[in-house]
Amino acid sequence: MPESRTPAVSMRNITKTFGDVVANHKVDLDIHRGEVLSLLGENGSGKTTLMNMLAGIYYPDEGEIFIDGNPVQISSPKDAFDHGIGMIHQHFKLVNVFTAAENIVLGMDEDVDGKHVGKGKLDIASPSKRIREICDMYGFDVNPDQKVYDMSVSQKQTVEIVKVLYRGADILILDEPTAVLTPQETEKLFNVLRNMREDGKAIIIITHKLHEVEAISDKVAILRKGEFIGELITKDTNAQEMTNMMVGREVKLNINRPEPKNVKPRLEVSGLTVRSSDGLLKLDDVSFTANTGEVLGIAGISGCGQKELLEAISGLQEIEKGDIFYIEDDGSKTSLIGVNPVEIENKGVALSFVPEDRLGMGLVANMDLSDNMMLRSFRHGKSIFTNRKTPKNLAQKVVNDLEVVTLGVSTPVRRLSGGNVQKVLVGREIERAPSVLLTAYAVRGLDINASYTIYDLINQQKERGVAVIFVGEDLDVLLELSDRILVLCGGKVSGIVDGRTADKNGVGLLMTQVGGEAVG
Amino acid sequence: MDKKKKEPFIHITKRKEISLQHEWAIRLGAILLALILCALLTTLMTHLNPISVYATMWEGSFGSERKIWALLKELSILLMVSVALAPSFKMKFWNLGGEGQVLAGVLATSACMITLGSKMGSGSVILISLVAALVAGAFWAFIPAFFRAKWNTNETLFTLMMNYVAMQIVAYFIIRWESPKGSGKVGIINPDSKIGWLPSIAGKQYFLVVLVAILVTIVMYIYLKYSKHGYELSVVGESENTARYVGINVPKVIIRTLIVTGLICGLTGWLLVASTDHTITTTLAGGRGFLGVMVAWLAHFNPIGMLLSGFLIVFMSKGTSEISMAFSLNRSFGDIITGVILFFVIGSEFFINYQVHFRKSSSGKEVADA
Repeated sequence: MPESRTPAVSMRNITKTFGDVVANHKVDLDIHRGEVLSLLGENGSGKTTLMNMLAGIYYPDEGEIFIDGNPVQISSPKDAFDHGIGMIHQHFKLVNVFTAAENIVLGMDEDVDGKHVGKGKLDIASPSKRIREICDMYGFDVNPDQKVYDMSVSQKQTVEIVKVLYRGADILILDEPTAVLTPQETEKLFNVLRNMREDGKAIIIITHKLHEVEAISDKVAILRKGEFIGELITKDTNAQEMTNMMVGREVKLNINRPEPKNVKPRLEVSGLTVRSSDGLLKLDDVSFTANTGEVLGIAGISGCGQKELLEAISGLQEIEKGDIFYIEDDGSKTSLIGVNPVEIENKGVALSFVPEDRLGMGLVANMDLSDNMMLRSFRHGKSIFTNRKTPKNLAQKVVNDLEVVTLGVSTPVRRLSGGNVQKVLVGREIERAPSVLLTAYAVRGLDINASYTIYDLINQQKERGVAVIFVGEDLDVLLELSDRILVLCGGKVSGIVDGRTADKNGVGLLMTQVGGEAVG
Repeated sequence: MDKKKKEPFIHITKRKEISLQHEWAIRLGAILLALILCALLTTLMTHLNPISVYATMWEGSFGSERKIWALLKELSILLMVSVALAPSFKMKFWNLGGEGQVLAGVLATSACMITLGSKMGSGSVILISLVAALVAGAFWAFIPAFFRAKWNTNETLFTLMMNYVAMQIVAYFIIRWESPKGSGKVGIINPDSKIGWLPSIAGKQYFLVVLVAILVTIVMYIYLKYSKHGYELSVVGESENTARYVGINVPKVIIRTLIVTGLICGLTGWLLVASTDHTITTTLAGGRGFLGVMVAWLAHFNPIGMLLSGFLIVFMSKGTSEISMAFSLNRSFGDIITGVILFFVIGSEFFINYQVHFRKSSSGKEVADA
């Protein structure tokens, strides 16, 4: 394949600004057919913005886009489709009560061949047939007649991909497709992507995960702070080089794992059973102990009861059966059943919780940094008025200690980038000097730099003797950070393994089956 | 597909930051534009001199001492209803029941004045009617709050329906209390003894109303901005999940906040009967329960800002009724003028939040709307 051929897509000199923020600055990018290109960069480096301009969601301020060498204007998603560009977004856009086939044909007036589907009459049989053809061709596993609400996350993603293929896309953009998948599902997705590459499609995949870049892509394009830094041939580079280019300086890629010291039981959960408000069993007879000075990792496919477990411990979830005990240094036990977060605090239990939904639960997006600090402290004191000085100082301290990038402590947190939002939240929870720290997906969506800051903070807490419960989704991270890993599958504990000796495939298996074979 | 598309003529982006001066420049610019458009409309439709029409509008509010007091009274009552609604809306509780909550206070005050008028002195009646009005207003707001807190009912419909219930109850009592018999209405209550009437201060009947409104506005400003209650209700408004996460008792905050709203609505009803109107009708609240929603929104729930937005609305209504009298115009013409001005003021919010870019002109300069 000679390099002189015309690229499927060329972006030249693309600039896009939002207010004063430059999201992309004079970016050049080429994508060829029969190639997988990884777009790599930290948060806020402008990857998604750049791709949204291809998909017709944003319109560039400056620059030009060429498809097969011809200049084009893409000012709506429809234009993008007309040029054969399809984007699979991080958040799926499917109608739950429709079948896969219904979702795929939704909004199409005519068939891909230009034949009218028929006004007012929905003919689902012939699209179903075509969908099956597409699935057979690339190895997708989709039943066109299955309802979306019956599907797993990876099946929904497959429907999204088939949807753009059905509409004739031959330039595909996937925005962090593996964030929600298990290792096995990721491998399946990659196989499909390889088949599509063989078929001559041009594929762009946005990701944070370096090992995935190495596994799937032919080329890597790296963005930093909105600028194009360079393009590498995947097989000629390595994780260290890519990271350095992405961050702009040397970064070490190993997560520290200090040896646990002074290990004592701190939190005892036994026979915990929780049902959702519509009666579904979310946690089924879960028992474990979390120890001081130790990181207990919790692995599992998303939605297997992680959220309910952490919320039950922090007094936010009604419990059907079971017990949760906080164990003092002297061995005396305090039950945490049937109490709300304030009562837990009043019992003298210092429990901090970094929830999954940062802006919808942990913080208030529209309030500024100091008001968000105040969430935990506003009750203090007898006065009917709030004390604004202490939270303000605390906000300043968190900003300084954790190097939060913000205009000031009176900036609403919604204006901060994802990593900085998380620093504010984690900073506030750590400042409470907890003895138990619960974190849910603490590094989701964070770039390498911010992720390592969070790992360091977690390790500091561990060395302080805090019992840390770390719910994670990236198995590599869980295996490097945790002392022990508890694997949840469908609300049951399918195994508790040693983080130092467990292997990735074993844990991956436990995630999909209860009581799988014992692992290393 | 192969047709070349042009760069879109207009595209719109959300502003990140805007300075206070810029914000007010946009607002004042909008009012100026509205006045120019209204002037054109006036000339075209009525062939009157727009300048003299505007001058007459001004007269309507500031023409005489009596008119100024009428303006102040109207503004005070509207401001109180808006201030009462502010905490509900800040908590994102869509309280459309201000009308009914004021009527509850009106009914309680009238009941006290009518039934106790012959039994005790004016001072006692004033005190008892005040307490009764506060309790009635709070109770009327408590009902939808309780159902929302307990069973998550839709407060918009609930509070709206409560208005009609209140109106029907008032209608029933008007028939029971009608005087003179057969007139179908309640005339001035205690016209001779003036029992239960609030006193004039410095010879001005409305002075007390103005004072109470100023006081309530300042207290509400402090309550929302500096008190723990105010903080809690804004957290609940922004995200109930976050509120639960930090251990705020959400149902309690919802009920407490609505009781605060109801208390001030009840107080407003008390002033309407005991100080300004001395009678009871089903329309005594006069749509202020709804107008107050707009006043509160325009000011982004800042009680001090409501003074400005409230003034604009009262000024327009006084002014337009003045021009319809002075130039014997159809009332609808006044409504057109009010409509145009409000449209521009509300529309200016769009330009405060968003920026409009036009396609670059040939000189290469980007034109951004003010």
